[in-house]
Amino acid sequence: MSNPYSSFKASILSVKPQTDIDYTFRLATDLKVSSGQFVEVSIPRVGEAPISVSDFGEGWIEMTIRRAGKLTDVIHEMIQGKHLYIRGPYGNGFPMDKFKGKNLIIAAGGTGLAPVKSIISSFNQGITGIKDLTLLAGFKTPADVLFRDEISKWHENIQIEITVDNDDTGNWPGGTGLITGLIEQMDIANLEQTEVIIVGPPVMIKFSYLEFIKKGIRKENVWVSFERKMCCGIGKCGHCKIDGTYVCLEGPVFNYAKAEQLVD
Amino acid sequence: MGFEFTMDSFNKVLEDISKNFIFYAPRRIPGKGAFSDTDVVVYQEVEGFGQIELDEKSRFSPKEVINPITQTLFYFNENGYTEPETNNKGIIIFCRPCDANSFKRLDEIFLNNGPFKDSYYESLRRKVKIFVIECVQGFENCFCVSMGTNRFDDYDAFIRVAEDRITCDVKDNLLPAFVKHGISAEMRPDFISENAVKVAIPDQVNKTIFTHEMWREYSERCIACGRCTVVCPTCTCFTMQDIFYEDNHKCGERRRVWASCMIDGFTEVAGGHDFRPDKGMRMRFKAMHKIYDFRKRFGYNMCVGCGRCDDVCPEYISFSNCINKVSALSREVNG
Repeated sequence: MSNPYSSFKASILSVKPQTDIDYTFRLATDLKVSSGQFVEVSIPRVGEAPISVSDFGEGWIEMTIRRAGKLTDVIHEMIQGKHLYIRGPYGNGFPMDKFKGKNLIIAAGGTGLAPVKSIISSFNQGITGIKDLTLLAGFKTPADVLFRDEISKWHENIQIEITVDNDDTGNWPGGTGLITGLIEQMDIANLEQTEVIIVGPPVMIKFSYLEFIKKGIRKENVWVSFERKMCCGIGKCGHCKIDGTYVCLEGPVFNYAKAEQLVD
Repeated sequence: MGFEFTMDSFNKVLEDISKNFIFYAPRRIPGKGAFSDTDVVVYQEVEGFGQIELDEKSRFSPKEVINPITQTLFYFNENGYTEPETNNKGIIIFCRPCDANSFKRLDEIFLNNGPFKDSYYESLRRKVKIFVIECVQGFENCFCVSMGTNRFDDYDAFIRVAEDRITCDVKDNLLPAFVKHGISAEMRPDFISENAVKVAIPDQVNKTIFTHEMWREYSERCIACGRCTVVCPTCTCFTMQDIFYEDNHKCGERRRVWASCMIDGFTEVAGGHDFRPDKGMRMRFKAMHKIYDFRKRFGYNMCVGCGRCDDVCPEYISFSNCINKVSALSREVNG
């Protein structure tokens, strides 16, 4: 009888601060992950939490973790050479096959950029089969922008629009305002051949979705990733259940036609 | 096979099989009730049949025997972790048909939901034998007949107690002990066919009911104490909890503890967003799980109609009334 709650040690290869409160941890592991999946990360005696995998490659995974509670406070004290415990991966991930040959628009709010980052990196490596990629990202202030180094490289291959709610520096080169404003300004050429991913806080998902619908995108072409409290990741603890659906099993990625039916 | 016993001869059966089994049954604990000078009936280990409380419904369900309130999953030290050792003894649970039916519901969540079996649950569950105690009348608030859980045929033994005689139907390899101490007797299990409380279960629940104003009453009344879920024989939700030992911070445990969808924090994520902050929403969530969502997933209803949630609610919220309201509304909406 194997124990599905057993975690294994994964050593930290690097720690890269993205902002004051968001750090990217690269762990050594052979886990086979697909974009949009998550792992249960723990520090024994402190706690365990579901964290989405922000990027992965041969022998490593990355997670971009915000300091937001008891466990993540301690994770942020971890340095290269130390280790975390992980189990997984869990969840369905994004339907990458459906995106092949299509134009993909990703709308990400804040840390919502983390679960889709691997899609953007693999697109840049030319391995997704996605025809064309557009990234719209919104952050609270310029200091909250994630993956700056990567973004500057991504510019070569993809169209990127970044907005901040509030430019408290006075010298932010990008736009200000909500991400819905960016969607409004978009000119989406081939509606039928366009798929959309929206990830971020619930309010941002809702209003971004409405904006895409106004543009003529069909809801069956919209994909969202849900964040919920989870203690097990394997359909037992009950925290992530919405109606008859377990976000950890059937999600966290849902087509909007399904997502709109889910009432918390 | 049917057998008849006196109290004494039945206790000899239990004594014989106690070499390989621990018995759990409802037991009266004097003076430990919710109010002064009242008793509480709970599932505990018993040694003889005389210790079993037969005249009152237990406040808590037998689920805690195999789904403990707090369960250590791992012991941690500086180098890694170990799992707790398990006891080899079998478990015999004396319970009523509704509770006997609840174990199948627990199995669905712990063993069949998702690709993994819960190994902690499985190792306890596989040791369980169920001795059903016949219900002749049921108790206050019971509505097992409406839920179809008044019958349970998959028992290891079925026990009828009448006038100091115990008659049993036994199906199991425990037979030698029964043969040795009992007299062969005719025994056909009976199940109650009517409760005072009747509940209509809706076939289809329209989404408009989810946001109906009927839930507002619960927002106002419910105090989010979670008693209804703690006593429920089919509630299985839990939260992980890591602790370290006061005198050695490098050693500790990962435990799981019962959680409740009625209590604050159940759906709160890091950063503070709560997906189900309102108590009426929580009541709707719980009620729908018991009579609708679980059925969509597993083909039958989760609730077994034991009525314990109604027994314990400090605000006198009635779950059976709630379901009847949902049914009436569903008939209106679905036409």
